[in-house]
Amino acid sequence: MAKQSNEPVLWALFSAGGVFAAFVIPVHLFLLGLAFPLGWIPAAGYESLHALARLPLTRLYLFALCFLALFHWAHRFRYTLYDGLQIKHLNELIFVCCYGGAILGTVVAGYLLWSFR
Amino acid sequence: MSDTRLSTRYTEYHPRWYRSRVSTWWWLTRWPYLKFILREISSVFVAWFVVVLLLQIRALSRGPDAYARFQHWLQNPLVLWLNLITLFFVVFHAITWFNLAPSAMAVRFRGKRVPDLFIVGANFAAWVAVSLVVAWFLVRR
Repeated sequence: MAKQSNEPVLWALFSAGGVFAAFVIPVHLFLLGLAFPLGWIPAAGYESLHALARLPLTRLYLFALCFLALFHWAHRFRYTLYDGLQIKHLNELIFVCCYGGAILGTVVAGYLLWSFR
Repeated sequence: MSDTRLSTRYTEYHPRWYRSRVSTWWWLTRWPYLKFILREISSVFVAWFVVVLLLQIRALSRGPDAYARFQHWLQNPLVLWLNLITLFFVVFHAITWFNLAPSAMAVRFRGKRVPDLFIVGANFAAWVAVSLVVAWFLVRR
């Protein structure tokens, strides 16, 4: 199995994504998904958010967040399918779908942030 | 699975190994198993958050009208409920992640291992600090 050698890299991405996700996703989601739409906390206006997102450092942060969180998902979800549903005969398909999905999402994030105006 | 195939090949006249079949729903039988699967499933909600974040970035890039439409979409009850469930799972992920941190980072200070409780505490404190910084950026007008 040549794939075995990829494992440390994939695990490192999973781990880094896990740390990043644990630290910042709850607050992002609480504000964006609940507090702002329900009016608990007044949201920042379009202009200031747009200006913030135009800063290269913000875009780098957002790209890293998307990239690592997606590879975190890919790795963990892959093993959930292996262990939870015991569908080991679909190994290759699961592998391609999980990491392929993560790569696709990362490319989309890169495109959106690179072409952000 | 390949190792069982190997072992049968090399012990041709050996009786079949007895292996009781594990149910697909094994993780429903005990609370710790269920907790494990819920923790693993949290990754799906992490991915959903990335989707929402990418939609936000796209809307921001397209202009004020697109962003208003995005904000309106966030007020859809279905999306609100989904985001509430997502919040539960990402917080669950964060808590379980930080609680495991001492196993991942064995910090030593003056030759002695720093107590687990201290590392967990430091992680939670850092979580609060990071959350406040992110919130400051997002709420500032």
